Amino acid sequence: MSVLGKLPVALAMFAGAVTSLGAQEQHDHHAHHHAQHPDERTESERAHVPPDPPQHPMGDMSAKEMVEMMDMDDAALFGMVAFDQFEWRDTEGGDALFWDGRAWLGNDYDKAWLKSEGERFDGDYQGSAELLWDRVFSRWWSLQAGVAHDFGEGPSRTWAAFGVQGLAPYWFEIEALAYLGEQGRSAARFSAEYEMFLTQRWILQPKLEVELYGKDDPGNGIGSGFSDGQLGLRLRYEIRREFAPYLGVVWSRKFGETAELVREQGDDAAELQFVAGLRAWF
Amino acid sequence: MPQLSRRSFLQSAGAGLFVLGASAGRDLWAQNPTQTVLTGNHFDLQIGEAPFNFTGNKRIGTVVNGQIPGPLLRWREGETVTLRVSNRLAARSSIHWHGMILPADMDGVPGLSFAGIPSGGDYLYRFKVNQHGTYWYHAHSRFQEQTGLYGPIVIERRGGERFPTERDYVVMLSDWTDLDPERIFSVLKKHSDYYNFGRRTARDLLADVRKKGWSQTLADRRMWGEMRMNPTDILDVSGYAYTYLMNGITPTGNWTGVFSHGEKVRLRFINGSSMSFFDVRIPGLKLTVVATDGVDVEPVSVDEFRIGAAETYDVIVEPKDDRAYTIFAQATDRSGYARGTLTPSPGLAAEIPPLDPRPLLTMGDMGHGDHGSSDAAPMDHSRMDHGQMNHAPAASAKVEHPSTERTPLIDMQVDQPNIGLDDPGPGLRNNGRRVLTYADLHTVGGPIDRRAPGRDIQLHLTGHMERFVWSFNGQKFSEAEPLKFRYGERLRITLVNDSMMTHPIHLHGMWSELEDASGNFQVRKHTVNVQPAQKLSYAVTADAMGRWAYHCHLLYHMEAGMFREVHVESGEGVAQQGANGAHS
Repeated sequence: MSVLGKLPVALAMFAGAVTSLGAQEQHDHHAHHHAQHPDERTESERAHVPPDPPQHPMGDMSAKEMVEMMDMDDAALFGMVAFDQFEWRDTEGGDALFWDGRAWLGNDYDKAWLKSEGERFDGDYQGSAELLWDRVFSRWWSLQAGVAHDFGEGPSRTWAAFGVQGLAPYWFEIEALAYLGEQGRSAARFSAEYEMFLTQRWILQPKLEVELYGKDDPGNGIGSGFSDGQLGLRLRYEIRREFAPYLGVVWSRKFGETAELVREQGDDAAELQFVAGLRAWF
Repeated sequence: MPQLSRRSFLQSAGAGLFVLGASAGRDLWAQNPTQTVLTGNHFDLQIGEAPFNFTGNKRIGTVVNGQIPGPLLRWREGETVTLRVSNRLAARSSIHWHGMILPADMDGVPGLSFAGIPSGGDYLYRFKVNQHGTYWYHAHSRFQEQTGLYGPIVIERRGGERFPTERDYVVMLSDWTDLDPERIFSVLKKHSDYYNFGRRTARDLLADVRKKGWSQTLADRRMWGEMRMNPTDILDVSGYAYTYLMNGITPTGNWTGVFSHGEKVRLRFINGSSMSFFDVRIPGLKLTVVATDGVDVEPVSVDEFRIGAAETYDVIVEPKDDRAYTIFAQATDRSGYARGTLTPSPGLAAEIPPLDPRPLLTMGDMGHGDHGSSDAAPMDHSRMDHGQMNHAPAASAKVEHPSTERTPLIDMQVDQPNIGLDDPGPGLRNNGRRVLTYADLHTVGGPIDRRAPGRDIQLHLTGHMERFVWSFNGQKFSEAEPLKFRYGERLRITLVNDSMMTHPIHLHGMWSELEDASGNFQVRKHTVNVQPAQKLSYAVTADAMGRWAYHCHLLYHMEAGMFREVHVESGEGVAQQGANGAHS
């Protein structure tokens, strides 16, 4: 079987050697051992012994069986939980706890994202939670769509959310999502952040966030239009890449109708807060 | 010399020497109780677990016969070897004989060659050894290679060495980690730059401004920023996670090889690491490279060479002075090094050179023609002068990209790749030392097959740094059909590196006969490094029936999808496959 199997190879090699030798000799500067006659093989040709065919060839198997047997799965699920911000804020009204966390689970193409941000102030919680499907659609961007829920002192709101998340040129991490809610409500949120490596472990992170609303929502202290902007600057030290305490400042400003509502309550529309927190992921 | 700490004493106590021969070929095996050399035709190998302490922390390693690296297997050309490999791990395991030409069911790749070695089971490997030189073996199961399952193979040439020496040592380099490789892999998927502690910082920005002025500095930052690429991405996993070993010994442990005055010493370098490239030199000694990947080459004298994962290089040194010499193997990102010593008497050590500056990739490494814009641009000028460039047929030809590269899981494409084999690569250009390149390597004895390749297959090395996805032609292993080779054919594989990493590409079962830019035979290898934005070709004779693995030998790249099956079969079904391996 093996001898018969090799016969065509041997013939082909012989024929090939005859036809290609002339050309080879013109070009080959380095083969000091090449043959003088067409039927003489090179040292390597003489030495090389093709292997016998396998006595026990592997048959075909399903992709799943293959993954299990090879123990190599390039479509495996991965997951991550990250708190970009988990911080104490020194607000005008007193201490507040603020969080901005994400978790995802998925493969290289599709992921389920859970995002939540908000604050705990004076015993009350206010914030949002979003459950999104994330589908990568270009080298640097993915589409996200799902549901969002805003909760707090005022009436809670539930939204359909969709948008994009990705990495813009110059390493800006961007999130831009639009929201459609009950009673014809609409909103949009945008954030951009950047990381400046002062050293390999001291990292300065500016972050810009803005919010817009399509409709007044006085129960939640929101007026239509450009409502809210935050500019944060956080300096962290990565004790480990996944564990980094930080200090920072956040300048937040209400705009338009929303600012009016805040002023009516006797608060300032703009505020500068000191923050201290922990960035962690696993 | 640094004082030996208790820790480093323990490290060296657990390690030993692979001494192959001394004084005119006399066997001096097994000088150490723990690191053994096995000879003969029948071998019993046991895969298992054992505790190790390389860093001050106790960890469990994956071992062969209790050792990391596993025992040196010494075979003889022309003999048949039988290896009974038993698996005492809880998981399925395997051993692949890297670079050996053998029947497909002896190749040791679970799923392609055989079903793997089940926990508690064994497998009988038996094949005739028809080659000679320096090779190695390693697991082909998940991350078992990373945790220690690798060892050297030396095959004695029939009729004696072509380049005889008085001394003969294996120098096996590897990257040990205390971390769980599954953790490393998942971290790379989340933050692929996690292990890079050599990023450009604010201080680098100021230094560049002082040196080059604001406009040039900002232009450089702008180009990298536009691409969303990082010029300091040299290795995905760095010395932050790795302790680099030489023959299983840490740098402080200092592996030592002894020579006598006037002797020629052969050093068989094997890169058995999972994710590391090393730049190797021995300050004070010229290295005469006489073989690569087990195949003899015309001797070439250099100061330094780069060794990719899975490559082997045999070098001969002739120490003239009565002093110790440091074998220095620095990781290509300069995040650490493996180190050992050649010495006329045990106990001596030589100075350890400082790590070279961290390399920065250039725009040339990204396949952008504008080479003058970055720090280490001289490579291109040196290249232009080189004769090889002149008769290169495709000096500036545009390459076609396969349609499968239209995927979000790649982050760059190179339209006009760099050709020629004489670029030493990032971090080695113009460093004042004579550095080996593939252009210097010429196999003794010519190719195994002088037929001109009957067809061309072009494969692009693709990936996404940020998402840590790796593939051929934009397709991960799970998304691609096997490449089909017709039994007996001679074909050409052209690799185009559409990424910024260097990939050591390994074809199982068949030789890769590297060609120069004009298509002339250059060197026969089993593992071929492809530099960022480089295009190179090699001829393959498909004389090995069966199913074979073809992959990047960076372990986490392979696991992330940079793997293909090659199916060598007779008959039809091969012909319809297009030039990029896709079915048309």
